[in-house]
Amino acid sequence: MATTPSSIKSSDGKRLSRVKFPKEGPPPITVKNLTMAYGTFVLMKDINFTVNHGDIFIIMGGSGSGKSTLLRHLLGLIVPAEGEVWYGDFNFTRGEPLEREAMLRYFGVLYQSGALWNSMTLAENVGLPLGEFTDLSDAEIREVAALKLALVGLKGFEDYYPSQISGGMKKRAGLARAIALDPEILFFDEPSSGLDPISSRLLDDLILELRDNLGATIVVVSHELASIFAIGNNSVFLDAESRAMIAHGDPKDLLAHCTDQRVKTFLTRGGKDADKSARNHG
Amino acid sequence: MQALKQSQPSGELSFARSDNSTLVVRLAGDWHLRRGLPEPDLVLKQLDTAPKPVRLTFDAAGLGDWDSGLLTFLMGVSEICHKRNLPADWSPLPEGVRGLIQLAEAVPEKLGARHEASHATFIEELGQATILYARGLQEFLRFLGEVAIAFAMLCVGKARFRRVDLMIAIQDCGASAFGIITLVSFLVGVILAFMGAVQLQQFGAAIYVADLVGIAMSRDMGAMMTAIIMAGRTGAAFAAQLGSMKVTQEIDALTTMGISPLEFLVLPRVLALFLMIPLLCVYADCLGVAGGAFVGATMLHISVGTYIRETANAVTLTEILGGVFKAAVYGVIIGVAGCLRGFQCGDSSSAVGDAATSAVVTGIVYVIVACGMFAFIFNLLGL
Repeated sequence: MATTPSSIKSSDGKRLSRVKFPKEGPPPITVKNLTMAYGTFVLMKDINFTVNHGDIFIIMGGSGSGKSTLLRHLLGLIVPAEGEVWYGDFNFTRGEPLEREAMLRYFGVLYQSGALWNSMTLAENVGLPLGEFTDLSDAEIREVAALKLALVGLKGFEDYYPSQISGGMKKRAGLARAIALDPEILFFDEPSSGLDPISSRLLDDLILELRDNLGATIVVVSHELASIFAIGNNSVFLDAESRAMIAHGDPKDLLAHCTDQRVKTFLTRGGKDADKSARNHG
Repeated sequence: MQALKQSQPSGELSFARSDNSTLVVRLAGDWHLRRGLPEPDLVLKQLDTAPKPVRLTFDAAGLGDWDSGLLTFLMGVSEICHKRNLPADWSPLPEGVRGLIQLAEAVPEKLGARHEASHATFIEELGQATILYARGLQEFLRFLGEVAIAFAMLCVGKARFRRVDLMIAIQDCGASAFGIITLVSFLVGVILAFMGAVQLQQFGAAIYVADLVGIAMSRDMGAMMTAIIMAGRTGAAFAAQLGSMKVTQEIDALTTMGISPLEFLVLPRVLALFLMIPLLCVYADCLGVAGGAFVGATMLHISVGTYIRETANAVTLTEILGGVFKAAVYGVIIGVAGCLRGFQCGDSSSAVGDAATSAVVTGIVYVIVACGMFAFIFNLLGL
């Protein structure tokens, strides 16, 4: 019942076939010389990194360092002041609108608050992208939506409105919507924020499952150390003071080997439990 | 050692000199925030008094209870010491005080983070306001163009939105507004009739109140009053709805899914206003005439039948259709202004309120500008 990219349509009803991912999975995401700015205020400059197929890539840094802004650049919601974002050999920043739209079909995004549409039930929220971009009938859409909600532990909540469920459930429903079209690349904006430790752990497990079973590449904005070490195998560290990316690599390797004091301090919660972190994750 | 005691609302602050080069700040009694704070400037005065001290220390032997009032005072003293490069010995202070001051100073102030007070001249402010207004107009026209393209896409069957959203918007812009339109339009008719009656009665031409009210309502007042009510009611609601959706990233979610927020959110709302305001305008015209007839019957002793016949003779179809056409244009203006302000909303709850206010102001101003332009154009066309 799940959709495949070949059955996906554009917003004007045309089948989108101009941008295709290779059979072996989503292409690497390459960020080249990216400068993020709000007007004349430069938030971060000269960011360069690559996210490989199958990575769970963590964007980390302190509050106000520009993590969510970087995510918005990757999604094309903000035009970079300088530099480009590439998906494989497709220049997403400068690409044609139709091709960019086609690329969006391969993305799934979980926003910080879930970003559910409040006027729709959970099933309608999950079903909207299915209705817009597939040829499935209404009954099939409802069936797929129920499946996706069941996958995130919300079986039976199909007819609830977002205002009737808790914050954690909204986040899970947002995830169900994000995976509605079986995306090749999933973006998570601070998935653990506002969740209790158990829900947070379950969400981490779910992210690992999605990577292992859907073969998706996953980009996560987070500053939750437990989640970062539990799921991340690649990362960048953004530093607000120097307005630059100051580390890149596996978070566990950064904890063990990074010599930059700022990164070390962050990964050890200010150095107070450095030994504990090293023991647990090293 | 000489001591100088200062009278303070909170605690006791006194100064002394040891070996003439060290200023001793003596803290005694209870220091509570609620009882007010001494000015750190008192320390500044002591530092400027000859012989000028080269270091500073504290005497907290008599210090009783304290809270953040004491900390605030000491942070002020610390800042003075930093500015003057004056070494200070904090060790005589209680350990808790030192710990909290250390915590407050642990993260250095971020350079450039502090807002500087702007001292723009009147000319600069006028220039900035003009540029902002011109930009605002440019953005409005660009957004109007985008809505026009989306509408053209709808006409050729390519724009997409949920039909249920259009129906809900039509209900909000139509049936739900009946009550307030009824009240306001009837009263506008009454007011117009009163104003006319006072003058026309002097010439024995009271019957022409019907002409006055009928023509005024059908040509302009019906459309404009309906538009102003809808700008305050529906335009603000649109801005608040879309602004909230922006704050909760629902609009981002649509965009990253490849669904055009313009088609999905704006089109049904603008379309609903475009379709409903002309109908409300005709309804408002009728209610205005009814208000006039009420005044005619009760104050001028004109029968309702006579009043209606006089109105029918005076008002032409062209005037009614002109009013309906204007109302449709006002509907688009209000819808576009409301949705644009919603999209421009900042990322906070107060920004949603600002967006709603701005939508009402923009909508009403542009409606009145459009009304003036219509008056000029209709006059040119001889309508």
